[in-house]
Amino acid sequence: MIRRSLLKLANPQLLALIGVLLINWLLFPNFFRVTWQDGRFFGSLIDVLNRGAPVAILAVGMVGVIATKGVDLSVGAVMAVAGAVAATMVVAGYPAPIAVVAALVVGLLCGLWNGILVAILDIQPIIATLVLMVAGRGIAQLITEGFIVTFTDPVLIYIGTGSFLGFPMAAVIALVLMIIVTLIVRRTAIGLFIEAVGVNRAAASLAGIRSRMLLLLVYSLSGLCAAIAGIIVAGDIRGADANNAGLWLELDAILAVVIGGTSLLGGRFSVPLAFVGALIIQAMNTGILVSGFPPEFNLIVKAGLIFIVLVIQSPLASRLAPPRIKPVAKAAAK
Amino acid sequence: MSIITKLAIAASLATALSTAAFAQDLSGKVVGFSQIGSESGWRAAETSVTKQQAEERGVDLKFADAQQKQENQIKAIRGFIAQGVDAILVAPVVATGWDDVLKEAKDAEIPVVLLDRGVDAPEDLYLTSVASDQVEEGRVAGNWLVGDVGTEPCNIVELQGTVGSTPAINRKKGFEEAIAGHDNLKITQSQTGDFTRSKGKEVMEAFIKATNNGADICAVYAHNDDMAVGAIQAIKDAGLKPGTDIKVVSIDGVPDIFTAIAAGEANATVELTPNMAGPAFDALAKFWADGTEPEKFIITESKLYTSADDPQGEYDRRKGLGY
Amino acid sequence: MTDGQYALEARGIVKIFGNHVALDKVDFGLRPGEVHALLGENGAGKSTLIKILTGAYQPTLGDVIVDGSPVTLNNPQHAQTHGIGTVYQEVNLLPNRSVAENLYLGHQPTWFGFVDRRKMERDARTVLARYGLNIDPSSELGAHSVAVQQIVAIARAVELSGKVLILDEPTASLDRNEVERLFDIIRDLKAQGLAVVFITHFLDQVFAIADRVTILRNGKLIDTKSLDNLTRTDVVRLMLGKDIAFSGATQLEENRPLGEVLLDFKGYGKKRSVMPFNLTIHKGEVVGVAGLLGSGRTEMARIMFGADSADEGTVSVAGKPTSISKPTDAIAHGFGFCPEDRKAEGIFGDLSVRENIVIALQGKLGWFSALTRDEQMEIAGRYGESMDIRAASLDMPIKLLSGGNQQKAILSRWLATDPTFLILDEPTRGIDVGAHAEIVRTINRLRDEGLALVVISSELDEVVAYSSRIVVMRDRELVAELNGENINPGVIVQAIANHKDGVQT
Repeated sequence: MIRRSLLKLANPQLLALIGVLLINWLLFPNFFRVTWQDGRFFGSLIDVLNRGAPVAILAVGMVGVIATKGVDLSVGAVMAVAGAVAATMVVAGYPAPIAVVAALVVGLLCGLWNGILVAILDIQPIIATLVLMVAGRGIAQLITEGFIVTFTDPVLIYIGTGSFLGFPMAAVIALVLMIIVTLIVRRTAIGLFIEAVGVNRAAASLAGIRSRMLLLLVYSLSGLCAAIAGIIVAGDIRGADANNAGLWLELDAILAVVIGGTSLLGGRFSVPLAFVGALIIQAMNTGILVSGFPPEFNLIVKAGLIFIVLVIQSPLASRLAPPRIKPVAKAAAK
Repeated sequence: MSIITKLAIAASLATALSTAAFAQDLSGKVVGFSQIGSESGWRAAETSVTKQQAEERGVDLKFADAQQKQENQIKAIRGFIAQGVDAILVAPVVATGWDDVLKEAKDAEIPVVLLDRGVDAPEDLYLTSVASDQVEEGRVAGNWLVGDVGTEPCNIVELQGTVGSTPAINRKKGFEEAIAGHDNLKITQSQTGDFTRSKGKEVMEAFIKATNNGADICAVYAHNDDMAVGAIQAIKDAGLKPGTDIKVVSIDGVPDIFTAIAAGEANATVELTPNMAGPAFDALAKFWADGTEPEKFIITESKLYTSADDPQGEYDRRKGLGY
Repeated sequence: MTDGQYALEARGIVKIFGNHVALDKVDFGLRPGEVHALLGENGAGKSTLIKILTGAYQPTLGDVIVDGSPVTLNNPQHAQTHGIGTVYQEVNLLPNRSVAENLYLGHQPTWFGFVDRRKMERDARTVLARYGLNIDPSSELGAHSVAVQQIVAIARAVELSGKVLILDEPTASLDRNEVERLFDIIRDLKAQGLAVVFITHFLDQVFAIADRVTILRNGKLIDTKSLDNLTRTDVVRLMLGKDIAFSGATQLEENRPLGEVLLDFKGYGKKRSVMPFNLTIHKGEVVGVAGLLGSGRTEMARIMFGADSADEGTVSVAGKPTSISKPTDAIAHGFGFCPEDRKAEGIFGDLSVRENIVIALQGKLGWFSALTRDEQMEIAGRYGESMDIRAASLDMPIKLLSGGNQQKAILSRWLATDPTFLILDEPTRGIDVGAHAEIVRTINRLRDEGLALVVISSELDEVVAYSSRIVVMRDRELVAELNGENINPGVIVQAIANHKDGVQT
């Protein structure tokens, strides 16, 4: 098991992450400088972890959905809803833990709603989640009545900006969530079932897999992850911004999953690599910000880098790469 | 200095919130107001202030929310014409496509006042337009900084609005005009924060890393207050004092920036007044009284607020407006 | 040196994948106007050779020679321009487009740059008529039977290339009449001078239609011979490299004592799918299901398994009335189901052989009692060995295995759940002789171990060999149940063909 995880370190995603970090370092020599300040680590590398956390969390939820051949476009809007719920509740005087739980429950219900549309009503995922993508932001605006609801609750602010053992709380939450979700899908049969449903739903059904339950699960998880990300983003700016919170982040999350090697056609997936995919995207963003390019180039540079990353892991590239000879296992163990 | 004269002209035309008490009585007049929608806090504030201004003057205001759609606005204006209102206020959602409906209003002899944004239509089709001067906003912010730093060298980082948007272009231009010729001030970093708090914070974090952990930054200029609020948090997270170690100047005058100014964490903001209706009503009053044609473009005041201007009081005045 | 006698020739072909030699110096010559059968067991290299002849693969060494001159075939489209057309085992067309579009896809007649649909459909009608198909060219291809789709694919290949036609198991999904019709078409094409490569697992068909045969084994050329001097035994010996006897080919298991009743379907049916039928199934028996394609055989299997839910009738398992409305119900009762369409409903192509084998057992265990990797390896290894699944590794994606090995893996999937009742829908379709024998052996073994089986097959000889009883389906209705000496192909054919005399319905 350990040997296998070590082998996995030599994969294109981690190489791409290292590559992007090195480019950042070339453009900005202090990129790797991390100092200790006010009881926390401080530096661009830490920013990558901290700022990448929301998309990484979304990607952790999104990867399961995409592995079932689905997609969840609503996560950005669900972030706004969850942030709005948490913020308005603490402003209304509820204790922070209750507000956080309420926001998580709302996120879970949003995900469950998507799951019902996809699994029970058999609506195509892209359309089913589009409903909440559009409606969610409206709901968030209704909750905040169009204001940016600012708050001073220390617990919510700690979730967004605090630090744990010197690391940004958001990054710690994202990492812990990634590990928990990875363990859940790989130590149970859920991961195998998700892949089976994604590869061939008809065969999965005939093999006795309850694909509906599974779809409800993955969409609910995606909604829950979006809510966590939404609370973090709200805590970060000490306010719930219904118009802008999570705007377009669903696209970054999908991209992170794809960079992480999961096909949009479903099937094989990796939660840790989707997480790495999110860090790659954020490393690019942070690199662009510290390198001093004029902002007009942001999108072009980002698109170019993403293109390179995707080409590196395309089937063509793996064919051109020297073949790795795998040890041939004995067909029948014994 | 031309700025002084311009400010004087603007001030004479504009009606600040606090001066509304001097408004003329327009009892019995019915005015239709076609608003774009409520896509931002400022827009919501504009709606509340317009209703307030109408109430103070005894105007019967018919309000129509177009929900970001021009066809809804055109429908609303036709409705106002059919009801025979005395005047129409429009905050146009787009610049083109207004000729026909404005012609209909003109034929019905109903004056139309454009709020906040202009249109591409012959000038004789509307009475006047009331809007802020975005270049001037940037200029006021820049002039404040020039005056504040004196002869000290000052490296400025700039948080731009959404790339390519008109306010971002104009506010950048005005600010650069103001600091031009003052060689001790220069913009060392400039990136877009998309007018949002979270992007403002993220970009400011990166700027701080890129400038010797903020030691090389003297001031941050944000194209809107929301980005400034995000930047203030980033400055604090880096262990620096916003307002002292790094000066903060921004534009819009939303309530939260006044809280920051009151707390000494922001230094100045330039107000984009939500009171477009006040000057509009004043122009209408004169027009109705003796047929005075107002100027075609009424520029609202770009008023500067600092800690000397009772920021807490300004916050209290604004917080109920819907920002 | 060139040799004018061949329309298409492969000379000294070597193909290496990684460190595996798939073809080792294989020669193959195809004469105009001959039907040339290509035979070989699983992994013998037939598919690889075909893919090289059609440009899908490039040979590592050796030449492909068309009309005497060496050519490099970059891809199947390129091969088409050299007159080489192919029809694959799984029809490779677009089921949601019209028949005419499928015939002309990529070569549609145009009229000022627009597809001339009218002309296309008119032409298509003429072409289809030549192949004895009287169907509406504007209808969706997917609405037709696999047999019709197969013929459309052949028509397309011949129309587009016209010199060499490669048929990769074209008869796998066809019934007897359709095979005959196909053979008529092939004889016709042969008379026109077309060279036909014919790959199949049915020796009868080889002897019925082919002139010469080339036999491959383990990537090596064994021999190319004229069929005139060969017997079936010769061919099988060449293929397998040993003498095998088909066990129980015709011997009837008479007076076998019936086990206890396991299943009792009464008036079981589904509207517009299967008319209500009565069927009692005992432990330790194989119920064969015969009938033409589209006779309701598969539909019957699906409602028995709960893949479609019955809307009338009752079922009891071991005497207890129960309800089977979804596959999980059936699996909970110990059912297993190998579907007809292996690719679409059976295998998980991207998942490993190991995962494909354990998935049903894991489904039964649920989300939280996950089998560890070692347990999975142990289970997959055990069945891999007892079923003789040939895979380089149990961790390789199952889609890389041959059809026969995929089928064995699916059978293993159900055996791993320790079933009491198995439904096998065309378990031997399109698989090689070795795997075929293995599956027939397994069916016999399972019956002897006391399992109840329902086996659907178009191969009457095969059904007769292992069935304790045979039910015949016609027009979505169970029309006959045959016992004892009525279990023979003649009676079955009569029942299928609705010859009333001699068959009790």
